Amino acid sequence: MSENILEVQHLKQYFKVRNGWKLLDLKAVDDVSFTIKHGQTLGLVGESGCGKTTVGRTLLHLYEPTDGKIIFDGEEVTSKNITAMRKKMQMVFQDPYSSLNPRMTVEDIIGEPLDVHKLYSTRAERRDKILSLMETVGLNAEHATRYAHEFSGGQRQRIGIARALAVDPKFIVCDEPVSALDVSIQAQVINMFEELQERLGVAYLFIAHDLLVVQHISDRIAVMYLGKLVEVADADELCNEPVHPYTQSLLSAVPIPDPKITKARQRIVLEGDVPSPLHMPTGCPFRTRCKYATEQCAQVCPELTDRGNGHFVACHNR
Amino acid sequence: MAGYDLNKTPDKQILSMQLDLSKFEKATEEEKRQQDVMSESTTFFKDGMRKLFKNPLAVGSIAVLCLIMALIIVAPHFVPYSYQEILSVEGKRDKGAKNLAPFEYSKAEQAYIAKGNYRFPHIFGTDEQCRDYFIRVIYGTRVSLVVGFFASIIVLIIGLIYGSISGYAGGRPDLIMMRIVDIIYSLPDMLVVILLSVVLSQILVFKSGSFLAMMGSNMVSLFIVFGLLYWVGMARLIRAQILSIKENEYILAARSIGAKPGHIIRKHILPNCLSVIIISTALQIPSAIFTESYLSFVGLGVQAPMPSLGSLANSAREGLQSYPYKLVFPALMICLIVLSLNLLGDGLRDAFDPKLKSK
Ligand SMILES: Nc1ncnc2c1ncn2[C@@H]1O[C@H](COP(=O)(O)OP(=O)(O)OP(=O)(O)O)[C@@H](O)[C@H]1O
Ligand code: SF4
Ligand SMILES: [Mg+2]
Repeated sequence: MSENILEVQHLKQYFKVRNGWKLLDLKAVDDVSFTIKHGQTLGLVGESGCGKTTVGRTLLHLYEPTDGKIIFDGEEVTSKNITAMRKKMQMVFQDPYSSLNPRMTVEDIIGEPLDVHKLYSTRAERRDKILSLMETVGLNAEHATRYAHEFSGGQRQRIGIARALAVDPKFIVCDEPVSALDVSIQAQVINMFEELQERLGVAYLFIAHDLLVVQHISDRIAVMYLGKLVEVADADELCNEPVHPYTQSLLSAVPIPDPKITKARQRIVLEGDVPSPLHMPTGCPFRTRCKYATEQCAQVCPELTDRGNGHFVACHNR
Repeated sequence: MAGYDLNKTPDKQILSMQLDLSKFEKATEEEKRQQDVMSESTTFFKDGMRKLFKNPLAVGSIAVLCLIMALIIVAPHFVPYSYQEILSVEGKRDKGAKNLAPFEYSKAEQAYIAKGNYRFPHIFGTDEQCRDYFIRVIYGTRVSLVVGFFASIIVLIIGLIYGSISGYAGGRPDLIMMRIVDIIYSLPDMLVVILLSVVLSQILVFKSGSFLAMMGSNMVSLFIVFGLLYWVGMARLIRAQILSIKENEYILAARSIGAKPGHIIRKHILPNCLSVIIISTALQIPSAIFTESYLSFVGLGVQAPMPSLGSLANSAREGLQSYPYKLVFPALMICLIVLSLNLLGDGLRDAFDPKLKSK
């Protein structure tokens, strides 16, 4: 068994978009490669619309990948074996309100994966499994017969996590599982993710746009910009010594409440807007907003290169 | 880059957006309990029913419909005449019982009563063929309701299957299926209804005595016409509903746990468009009744002597000057049924549409 639970190689996801009469390729994810080790967490950050959700969904073949390989636990994920794979890979969704069917009780929501994969032999066994899952995520057993719309956002997200855990997966894609929640509840839910990882040994792809949250939970962090990875490194290293200009600007935007530090560091304000993914700049996707940009950046797209210590950066000049 | 350690949180200041890392600790039992939602558990259906019964118009129309239903079920049992029976007194045909006014007795009947016998009154009078008009209106209502109900069911079934396939498949199949719908939609429907009824009633021949023969080929062709033409509106509606439900993440979630399309349609999509289906079926019934009345009025509806509200209204036209009440009764019945079904449909929509959750 290799040490990686997940290996993604040159993953591409292009959406066909109609623009007037023309059909264009929207490169939501363009040539992304990364690995995740057993029981570890890779944080994926980037601003809205950069393709984080699309990466997560393509991993589970919710979108058919345009190109590239996804190797899970030594086996390539294809549309043929995906049903079996979905017993080992699961997903927690971004929006706790639309990700639970309002016409189903909590029991049926959590029991659905059990039904689909026929993971029980008697009704009593099904019920036992559901109740123990509810306990795992900190829900009361009395809630089993309630409908999802009766719960708060944090509780809904717990229901979603219990549903993902029902098949006993080895890997979970967490798509901004806390960004729709209040800050105090965010902390509780993130805690729970960490606890579950310790107990069950699951690996996470943890998607967020908040670097602080991601640094807290991740072993490694990948930074994404316009469908491409621009920097991948160990969590603390990336936060303390960011190399890519985009990562630096992201970090400089993290609010620090100490005026001395705030004065000492200069805030990097990005100029201009994110280019439309339909009209990607040539060469480096970040060059329209990069202050280090040179002639080379406009022509050649930089590859992710190892800067030692497992720190990968895609930039010509840094 | 300025050197700072994100793990060391500096002192917290007012108005800062810094996350307090001490909050990243395990929630205590008490904190967990605080999150419990206190609202009482109500199912979607109960909630909708409660709202429906708060709506006076809807309750009124339910009452009217129940009354009409009771009447058409009970009346044939206590009215001693049948809808095709030509009135007779003591075995002799009562020639005087023609076009009687409501509650009027013919001469022969008056003589019969004078002898000390009881004669059931003609509540709505009689028609020009000496038949009791009340029972004919009752049977006409029966026929109209049956037509309305079954036609709506046919429309529902075809529209539901077609619309869900088109909406769920999406892409090119959806495109083709919807263009077919557009074509059918653009046909002048009354013209097609009339042409189809004429053609079908020629083609359809049933074994005499069978149930279908009793309804008459016109009636059967009516159902076929409905099935062929009016499902398009339903199919469009259901497709649009499914397209919007498909956007919800719980559909993706169901796919991500490995559920098959059939399972997703049955468990996730249909229950969520059920309210729309019920409402539009309720609104479909009056339109079917209306079309049936219209067709019977122009002579393409049910077969004589079986009455329907439309054919009764049609035959009342001839004596309109002298006997206006003969048009009033069936017309009033059509109005009552159509109006109360429409109001009930509106009430259902208000009660079950999740977007109107405020009340
Ligand atoms: N099904 C789809 N069809 C066409 N375009 C899509 C589809 N899904 C996503 N996109 C496009 O792909 C790009 C990436 O979207 P994605 O949802 O992955 O971003 P994200 O990083 O998750 O953003 P957010 O932080 O807002 O969730 C966007 O430009 C979006 O418009
Ligand atoms: S490659 Fe050039 S444009 Fe891109 S980030 Fe590096 S310096 Fe900036
Ligand atoms: Mg997203």
